[in-house]
Amino acid sequence: MLEVRNLSLAFGDLVLADQLSFTLEAGKTHVIIGPNGTGKSSLLKVLFGDIKPQSGEVLFDSEHLDYRNLNHWRQRFGYMPQDIRLDVGLTVLEVVLLGRLDALSLKLGDPMIKAALQALDQIGLLHLAQQDVRTLSGGQCQMILFAQALMRNPRILMLDEPVSALDLHFQQVLLDHLDQQTHQQHWVSVMILHDLNLAAQYADNLLVLKGGKLLAEGAPADVLTEDLVEEVYGVKTELAYDQQGVPFIRTPRRRLMELPVSLAS
Amino acid sequence: MTSAVLSETLLKQRQQESRRSMILMMLAVVLLASFVLDIATGPSMLGVGDVVNVLLSLVGVPVDVSGPAEVIVTNLRLPIALMALIVGGVLGVGGAEMQTLLNNPMASPYTLGMAAAAGFGAALMLYAGSLGLNAGIAVPLGAFVCCMLSAGLLFGLAMMRHITSGQLILAGIALLFLFQSLLSLVQFVSSPELSQQILFWLFGSLTKANWTNVGITAGVTFVCMLLLMEDAWKLTALRLGEERAKSLGVNVARLRLKTLVIVAVMTATVTSFVGIIGFIGIVAPNIARMLVGEDQRYFLPLSFLVGSFLLSSASVLSKSLVPGSLFPIGIVTAIIGVPFFFWMIIGKRAN
Repeated sequence: MLEVRNLSLAFGDLVLADQLSFTLEAGKTHVIIGPNGTGKSSLLKVLFGDIKPQSGEVLFDSEHLDYRNLNHWRQRFGYMPQDIRLDVGLTVLEVVLLGRLDALSLKLGDPMIKAALQALDQIGLLHLAQQDVRTLSGGQCQMILFAQALMRNPRILMLDEPVSALDLHFQQVLLDHLDQQTHQQHWVSVMILHDLNLAAQYADNLLVLKGGKLLAEGAPADVLTEDLVEEVYGVKTELAYDQQGVPFIRTPRRRLMELPVSLAS
Repeated sequence: MTSAVLSETLLKQRQQESRRSMILMMLAVVLLASFVLDIATGPSMLGVGDVVNVLLSLVGVPVDVSGPAEVIVTNLRLPIALMALIVGGVLGVGGAEMQTLLNNPMASPYTLGMAAAAGFGAALMLYAGSLGLNAGIAVPLGAFVCCMLSAGLLFGLAMMRHITSGQLILAGIALLFLFQSLLSLVQFVSSPELSQQILFWLFGSLTKANWTNVGITAGVTFVCMLLLMEDAWKLTALRLGEERAKSLGVNVARLRLKTLVIVAVMTATVTSFVGIIGFIGIVAPNIARMLVGEDQRYFLPLSFLVGSFLLSSASVLSKSLVPGSLFPIGIVTAIIGVPFFFWMIIGKRAN
């Protein structure tokens, strides 16, 4: 259980967290949504101990985040930052292996390599193992970095826009795998998504963040409404529910005459 | 089925590893050849067979060696040839780690002003008449101290949390200009004879090598290499970018400082004994990278071997360009290195 208490964070005038408190339970997928530049990525960095907030506490299973012993704190994290560029002369397997940085030796044993190969196999990319990562597409890089995060055997998995470059197939592979493992391994999974439909489908718990405040939190079916979406993004949407009761959202295309004058001319 | 594919991929991985080890071995063999050739070349040419015999007898193999050959090899040429190997290797590794640390293939201790600082230190010592000390000790000491001082400024910057690699490179280049100006200043106020002496030191030369300074350099290099190899995986992780390295549990600030200190000590040591030798620090790691990629388990030792090879063959060339005369090796390295480097770049494109 990852807990945030009275967290306040600001860069100059920009308030990213204002007395924020929430609890992220294990065995559930928590999805953070919110407009661009509202501090979602910074929040993940606070949880990871990379940004020190002005005030507030972060706890994991009632243990406080200790900035003097960050290594210990970070050991339990698998963290996949937003940037997916891999411009380095390494093979796919080497990048995945680095997930277990703490346990790598100069001469690698078979079990370690097999574990990395299995991580690749689970996401269907075993055939890329010996390939130079500079030859991969952006989406493939993103999947490789996901495999690297899995390699860490995390207790907390944080993914910052993990499907931003993925095609439909790999979106499903990644999110299904995450969903399954989160429940089986009892992970605390936190991810930032921009696609509200994916968020609604995969979130056990949806957190809506804007202007440093938590506007809403709970099951997507309870949280997502047309009014809330308009409040958060300033966009009018049409919301409906599928047979499982999961909400889905459509943004109608605005015709030329409906656009503000400056855009239409 | 999956397990069959898994073991097949594992096998492929092992094959890739042995291919890389083979490249290391091959380079070691080529290096050995240039080392022997380096010893054989000189005012009195020795036969390769004689050189090999003397070397074998030195490591305890009972073979017949001729008297003069043994004296020339052990007393004159062996320390110089060994110094070439060590210095070349150190320059290669120093460049490799600077490039890793600063995430930039153009970084090297030279471009960050460490060599210029050493040059200034040596020039200052020569100008001050070695402060009444033995010039053989005082000049290298001055170079070492100045090089470490300049590196110390970089350490200070590296320890600040918000300093990026790009800013560190800019600061290094600024230091390069500063020490070059200071060096010019010392030369400007010196007498023509002294200025000549300073210039000759700056050219870089292996002829100052003797068993004492070879021993010191070898010892320092050995320890530094061990320390670097210990961090091989962390340094590899650093190449994924600082943020990602952090996410994998690397203490980036500490690793950066530690590596910078090691590289500075190695560079300062070799530069203070042989003077300024440029270019190898840039070219050797780039060649190594093309051959084995950036897994530091291979990249680090290969950068050493390539650097050694470049300097060792430059040493051969410096003695044979004009028979009977010795060109300063610092001049020759770029002359042989640049065509080789271009060939590598173009060859890579063609693939």
